[in-house]
Amino acid sequence: MPAAAPGGRTDAAMEQIIDIVLLAFMVVVAIAMIRLRNLYAVVMLSGIYSLLSASMFVVLDAVDVAFTEAAVGAGIATVLMLGTLALTFREERPPKRRTPLLPLAVVVVTGAALVYGTLDMPHYGDPEAPIHQHVAPRYIADSPLEVGPPNMVTSVLASYRGYDTLGETTVIFTAGIAVLVLLSGVTRRRQRRRPARGDESREARR
Amino acid sequence: MLETVLGLYNYWIVIVLMMAGFYTVIVRGNLVKKVVGLNIFQTSVFLLYITMGTVEGGTAPIVDAGADLYTNPLPSVLILTAIVVGIATTALGLALTVRIRESYGTLEEDEIIEIEDRMDGEV
Amino acid sequence: MRLHSVLRTTTKLLMPPIMLFALYVQFHGDYGPGGGFQAGVIFAVAFILFTLIFGPVRARRVAPAWVTTPLCAAGVLLYAGVGLVTMALGGAYLDYDVLAHTPLHGQHLGILLVELGVGLTVWAVMVSIFLAFVGRDTGALADEADTDTDTGADTGAGDGHA
Repeated sequence: MPAAAPGGRTDAAMEQIIDIVLLAFMVVVAIAMIRLRNLYAVVMLSGIYSLLSASMFVVLDAVDVAFTEAAVGAGIATVLMLGTLALTFREERPPKRRTPLLPLAVVVVTGAALVYGTLDMPHYGDPEAPIHQHVAPRYIADSPLEVGPPNMVTSVLASYRGYDTLGETTVIFTAGIAVLVLLSGVTRRRQRRRPARGDESREARR
Repeated sequence: MLETVLGLYNYWIVIVLMMAGFYTVIVRGNLVKKVVGLNIFQTSVFLLYITMGTVEGGTAPIVDAGADLYTNPLPSVLILTAIVVGIATTALGLALTVRIRESYGTLEEDEIIEIEDRMDGEV
Repeated sequence: MRLHSVLRTTTKLLMPPIMLFALYVQFHGDYGPGGGFQAGVIFAVAFILFTLIFGPVRARRVAPAWVTTPLCAAGVLLYAGVGLVTMALGGAYLDYDVLAHTPLHGQHLGILLVELGVGLTVWAVMVSIFLAFVGRDTGALADEADTDTDTGADTGAGDGHA
């Protein structure tokens, strides 16, 4: 959408309104998630929360991120959480009468400090912000000539920041292996010799 | 005044979400709820980065003949990988939760600590 | 789920388009939104849907552990291997310029391979994680009964099955 179009002004206002409404929804959903004790409802709301944040990323022009968040957050995360609930509990235990005043105070003070910090930050969408002055102009101007793909996110991801992505892939690999070790290894061993587990096995076979 | 509020609105919402997640993590004893809190916190960080990368009137960073102003691609790249890494680490957290439930029969933090204390007393 | 014929038929109809879309996202990532991360996740979603409807046993027949577990590593190795090849060809690590006769073609080839590695790892890890969670359900059912009755101290210490 070219910015210089006649309707540019109203477009921007519209975008602002969508932005405000979506973020307000996210806050409402997040608070509902904190207050609910039925974990099934919490997981469903977390799917909605992810979907809202994906819409938010579209509004903020980060389509690749929106795509990923929609697939990962609303899809896989929800299913994994449901899988966990099936293996654990559906309800959270009611709280022991203890008004969490101290944590609330900590959170409010931290939040206030952060809000104070934002007062000096460049405003939303400001093209003069420091983040747009360094590195990014080079990617935008030269990546079609140096790397080729029209999608700059792909060129930066795979080429300019290839090391970074290699590291991220390794993290995913490591996390996956860790989950496999935690969840599948023990069951198989236990099925073969029931009482044995880890260091206990020697003692148990006596 | 209105301009300041509108210009910083996104950051403030990010802070509210961040604190909501933080609060869940420190107050709630249920481990699944803690993971959910961490996810809320995580998403707020994603929003912070993407908000910073946005340019007024810009378009998605895909080369197009009609466009001359693009959003900053760098935050997109960082957050795109962070989301997938985030789900992998969340899965790890959930796997630990499942194992804890199998060993202790509970997911409430104080009950787990109680069982641990009792075990220490027996030894 | 054995009797839900609507769900079963819809799943069978949906699986090929989902997988095709994942491949599109994988290989069209240079031109539009997409790439290895998203493609891997979407490809995994097809398998997750299959597992939800047809159960983990049949899913393990489609994606057995000896396929998914090595593929977790294969993606990372492919990624790292591209770096080694570029070094062997005289470039820096992960400098794709040397992969083909012109730097632009080299970059294109390099990005394609690297994204393929990312996609493989993400797909394999997501499927493995999901099947590990689901497989736990059936594998741990016998243990559940024990753990529920005695949540006392001995569960943590030695797991009172012995």
